[in-house]
This record gives sequence, structure tokens and C-alpha cells, in this order.
Amino acid sequence: MPKKAKSEKLIRRGVRTDGRKLHDLRNIRIDVGPLERADGSAYIEWGNNKILAAVYGPREVHPRHLARPDRAFFRCRYHMAPFSTTERKRPAPSRRERELSKVTRVALEPSILTKLYPRAGIDVFIEVLQSDGGTRCAGITAASIALVDAGIPMKDLVAACAAGKIDGKIVLDLNEVEDQKGDADVPVAIMPRMGGISLLQMDGILSQTEFKEALELALEGCKQVYDLQKEALTKAYVQKEASVKDEEKNEGEEQNE
Amino acid sequence: MERRIVSYLIEKRTFVIPGDLLAEGDYHAGSNAFKEGSKVYASMVGLSNNVGRNVYVVALKGCYVPRGGDLVIGKVVEMRLGSWNVDINSPYNAILFTSEALDRPFNSRREEMTGILDIGDLILAKVISFDRTRGPALTIRESGLGKIVHGSIVRMTPSKIPRLIGRKGSMINLLTRETGCHITVGQNGLILISGKNPELEALTIQVLNIIEEEAHTSGLTNRITDFIKKEKSVLNAEKSKK
Amino acid sequence: MSDSYKIVAKITKKQIADNLLKNTRIDGRGLLDYREITTEIGLLEKASGSALVSIGKTKVLAGVKVEMGEPYPDKPDAGVLTVNVELTPLASPSFEPGPPSEDAIELARVVDRGIRESKAIDLNKLCIVPGKKVFVVFVDLNVLNHSGNLFDTSALASILALMNAKTREYTVSKGGQLKYKKSTTHLPLQNFPVEVTVAKIGEKMVVDVSLEEEAVIDAQLTIAVGKDNEICAIQKSLIGTLSQDEVHQALQIATDKAEEIRAKVLRGVEGWLEGKE
Repeated sequence: MPKKAKSEKLIRRGVRTDGRKLHDLRNIRIDVGPLERADGSAYIEWGNNKILAAVYGPREVHPRHLARPDRAFFRCRYHMAPFSTTERKRPAPSRRERELSKVTRVALEPSILTKLYPRAGIDVFIEVLQSDGGTRCAGITAASIALVDAGIPMKDLVAACAAGKIDGKIVLDLNEVEDQKGDADVPVAIMPRMGGISLLQMDGILSQTEFKEALELALEGCKQVYDLQKEALTKAYVQKEASVKDEEKNEGEEQNE
Repeated sequence: MERRIVSYLIEKRTFVIPGDLLAEGDYHAGSNAFKEGSKVYASMVGLSNNVGRNVYVVALKGCYVPRGGDLVIGKVVEMRLGSWNVDINSPYNAILFTSEALDRPFNSRREEMTGILDIGDLILAKVISFDRTRGPALTIRESGLGKIVHGSIVRMTPSKIPRLIGRKGSMINLLTRETGCHITVGQNGLILISGKNPELEALTIQVLNIIEEEAHTSGLTNRITDFIKKEKSVLNAEKSKK
Repeated sequence: MSDSYKIVAKITKKQIADNLLKNTRIDGRGLLDYREITTEIGLLEKASGSALVSIGKTKVLAGVKVEMGEPYPDKPDAGVLTVNVELTPLASPSFEPGPPSEDAIELARVVDRGIRESKAIDLNKLCIVPGKKVFVVFVDLNVLNHSGNLFDTSALASILALMNAKTREYTVSKGGQLKYKKSTTHLPLQNFPVEVTVAKIGEKMVVDVSLEEEAVIDAQLTIAVGKDNEICAIQKSLIGTLSQDEVHQALQIATDKAEEIRAKVLRGVEGWLEGKE
């Protein structure tokens, strides 16, 4: 077997190309409600990924024949901006984007109480402004927040994260280089409270044991992502209350209604 | 074998997100909550609350779902012979039949529908009925209802309307008294303000924006009272300078 | 209803008209006042250049990518410029996913004209091997939130992203082989066009039309003005008409506002012109 050239190594002494350890998640930051026209929105920075998610609905469905009599019609669109990738991407949706649109819908739909809005429509739009591996997981994570921000009734949030195999090791959250040069990638999404896996894909080569290990690791990643989602929502809605309470403390006023 | 009976109820006014456990045991799921097995969960982001065994969430976000008897402000967006389609800020457009707009039958040979209501007109209406299999129906036949001819429209999140009205109308009465403006509150999140004075109208709009931002906080009534007093004294000072 | 927002309430139309008679707008602005303009430059590391511009709540993100390609057959010595606009469905309930609408295409072409006709980029300096290899400059605009005045916001985002864009310096061997150096350089910019859209409502001329005002304007003129007050592009849109006098009026307004915006927002233009960039 030819030796891998030194420059091809993705892990050196337990450290990955971006400085992370095998089980480290990239830095994630979530902003709630950055867009004004959309009914709900969220912006996520996940490592070097920069992704916007917007939700419109519930609203009337157009064209009308798509409306369903017993539940809301749920649609998702995953799209990458031309400047989001290293080489400029043509604006028209590629086959990959169309598949990811479907896979995203399948990941999010189980969490939505669609039966509460028969004949109406709910649309999720994900726009990748900059991509660096793991965009479908980041997109789903942001879209779940945007759905909450839009006041869509849901059973649970959806948190997503991927794991994979690089240089013979199972690692968490692959960046673009690791995904391209690695051996396997397993993106997963879960409804954390209810425990149901709503997205599961795999590409590459893994033994049965390796796959189970990767799945376990990805699910742990999802839990961490869920905590960040909860933190972002709490910050967005509750901070106002906290700052108001502080103001009143400073002025020495009693709280009365 | 004995069965352990689990009973849990979340503390009132806890911030919750969809999927958070609100209660377990002999409880009912109220608005913005759902029950699975013996557990009640939140389905919306908001503050938890309960009245007896009814556990619900006061939502911080959400669209307007029409209810029979609601007073709403709507915009006429489409017209057909015998009815108008009205946008009431809801996923479901409402319909207003001529029979619910006039006290007499509509004579299509002698009059035009646009003479009664035209596209772009705003109306204060009441929801007659609504079930989710067909759109809500409106009426403007009661006194006080009908076309709106002047004033400013402010939009708020429908779930914050109860806070705008306040316990037994305390907040809305305070606003009407202190600003001297006529304030008509639509349950669908649209509010009509008409005042004799553009500055007081503008002040009222500001106050509504504050309520929108801070509806879920405590001590709001006092802060609003202080704010209005401060702003009015500024306006009076400017007036006396002139 | 996705079309409902296009129908502005009659009492709002009346309020807009009443305010105009007093030379103000419903949001308190004067007829010739822009809403607040904020910019964030270079936020996308993977793009050659980028800029996020907000005018009021309208947000447009411009990304510039510079790649190698072939020249047009009729211009073998010149680099290529191409402008594309995406009216993303995130930005408005009326934007639907799908191929570019006529509005998206018009917006892209009007922004393109402003940059191209002002010769903002010296395309001749982007030639690597005449007739074979040139640099292609892609300007991609993503409209993220539509709250009125997409023309001016998009044009501003484009020129700022072009000013921000950096490419790697290179040498060309005799065989036409490109060898990149480690250093980077800016694009060869020599003009800084600003587009100003002047709209007519009744008898009055206003700039920076908000979303609600869009429903009541009769006609509008988008005018691209270069650094020496030269006119580089004009586009009249909407079905109302303008008199010759009104056109002259609009021209003056656009020239004044373009100068103001260039000074306040396109900071560093003098540095560029003095060859410091």
C-alpha cells in the first residue's frame, strides 16, 4: 500500500487541520430574527459556514391546487449563493440542491403540527452565503429556529450534526476539506425531546461497527447543537425581561402590575 | 404490583420552547400545548401558565387564527359579485357577503359594489364564524362597524393583544385616557388610532411599539405610564416655547 | 394572501399624499432624504470581495468572484464583467423560487450598465493572454430583505464589493502559463458610479422610496452618476410618464445625491484615484 504523503494527512497527533480534536464541534453562533419581511428567520455561523433561513407561513398556498384539505402544505428550498463556494457556482439549482431541499423537508416536517393549519402553506427557504462542509446540518438547525421564530406550532426542535471518518478515525463535524478528502460522512438530524431521527444519510465506506460509532457520535453532536439552539432562543426572547429587571433594580423600584 | 402515579406541573411564567415538558399526570393541554400519553408539552415559544388542570403557553409569536365574535380590522383585496375577499392578517382570507354589509338586499342592476366597498378599503368587522375547512365569514352590520375613513394603523403580534388590553381593560383604558386618542383594537393584531393631534397619535404609536417589544415583561403598566407622562411634558414644553 | 401586501390601504395612500403636500413622508423623512445606510464590507472570506448594504430595512449582499475564462470574440483584449441578481424568496412574500423574473433581470442589467458604461473596471487590465485567457469578474447580488429601493441598494453593494475585491498577483510565462504570486492586489478600478432612483408621486419628486410608497409612485428614473458627474446609465420604470422638465429635475437630484453618497459611503475613493490602492 502506498504511504499517504505527509501533506495529505488530515489528523496530526490528534489535531485536525483547523486545530480541533477528534470530537470537537466547530464554533457555532445563531442569531434569531434578522430578516424583517419573513415571518420567522435565523442566521447561523457554523465554523466558516454562513447560512440564512427564512420561514413564510402559515399562508395561502399558491398554486391553489397544491393545498391539502387536512393539513398545511410544507415546502423547503435549499439553495447556495454563487459566491458561497470556492469556485463560483451557477445560480440555477443543481441536482444536489434539489436533493438537499427534499432531504431538509423530510428532516423538518415531522416536528411541525401541520394538522393545525389545513389548506394553508408553510415555506422554509435556506440560503447558503458561504459554505465549508456540513451545510445541510447547519441549514436544518437554522431552519428549525426560524420556524419557532415564525410562531409555527411544533412538537420539538430539530437539531442536526454530522460525523465521519478521516485518516482512519471517527470524528465529529467534518469541514469541507475533511469531507472531500475523508473516507465517510454521516449527517444526522434528530428531534431531541422525542428522540426521533428525522435525517440520516451516509456516503463513503464504513464497517458496521464504524457506522454505529459515527451515528452515536453524531447524535452526541446533535445534543450539543440543541443546547445552542435553546440558548439562542432564550437570549432572543428573554434578554429583554432580564434587562428590564436590571433597570428596575437600579432605580430601586418595586415591581407591580 | 403498584403503579407509581407521576404528577408534575411546571412553574408559572417559565420560558419554554416547543417540546418542553409542561406537565405530567391528570392535566389537559390548553392553547399552544399538546398532550402525548400522560405528558403535556409546549408547541410554541412563550411563557408557561395554567388555570387549574388546564396547562397552556402564552405565545410570544404566532399568526392570528379567527374566532367567532372577534373584532378585526381587515383590508378589502378582491371583489366578486355578491362578496368581497378581506385580508385579516391570517393564513385564511375572510369573506364578506353583501348580505352582511347592507341592511337591504343588494340590487346588482342599479348599484355597483365599489360604491359600498372598494379594493383598498379598510373595515372594522366582526367574525361571524370560522372552522378550518372554509374561510372565516365577516359582518359589518352591527353599529360601530364598517369602512374606516381616517386614522393610523399599527400592527402588533396577535398574541400580544391581550397584554395591550390588560386585565379588565386596564392598559387600553390607561392609553385612551392619557393620550386622548381613540384606539380600536382588532383581535387580529391591527390597531386603529385616531387622535385630534398628530403628535399624540405619533406618541400612541410609539407606546404600542413598546408594548409589542415588552409585552411579556412585568412592571409594564408603570413603565408605560411614566413614559407617556415624560413625553407629554416634552410636547407641552415645546408648545409653550412657540 | 401573497398579493395582498401589494394593495396599499386607501387611508395609507391618503396619508402619503397629505404628507407630501407638506413636503414630508409618512416615516418623517424629507423628500430628498435617504433612510439610514449601513454597510458591512468583506464579510465573506471565500469570495474575492463582498459587501452587505442596508438602506433602511432593505438588505442586499454582493459577492464578487474573479476567475479565469475566455474573452468575448469581439473583445479579445478585455476581461469580462457579468452581473447577476437573485431576488431570493427570503426577501419578500412576492419572490418565488424559480428562474429570474423580468424584475430580477432588469435589476441586474441596470446595475451592470452603471458599472460597465462608467468604465468602473478597466477591463483591458484584466487580459492575461490576448484572445485566450482573461479574468472574468462575477458580481452576484443576493437580495435578502425587500423594503423598497432595490436599485440603489444593489448598485451600492456592487461597487463596494468591487472595491473590496482582491485577486492574487501573477506572472505569465512565454508559453502563456499563469503563475500566481503570494501577494494580492485590488481590481483595476477607475470610476465609482452611484445609482440614484428618483420617483414621482403626484407632483413631487422623492428619493429612496420605501415599501409602502412603492405602491403609489407613478414613474421613476434610475440614474447612474460617475465620479465627474457624468451620466452613465438611465432607466425609466413603471407606467406613469414624465415631462422633460421633470427629467431635468430628476437629473439634478440624482447628481446631488450621488455626490453625497459617494463622499459618505464610498470612503477611500480619493485614495483609489491617487493610485494608493
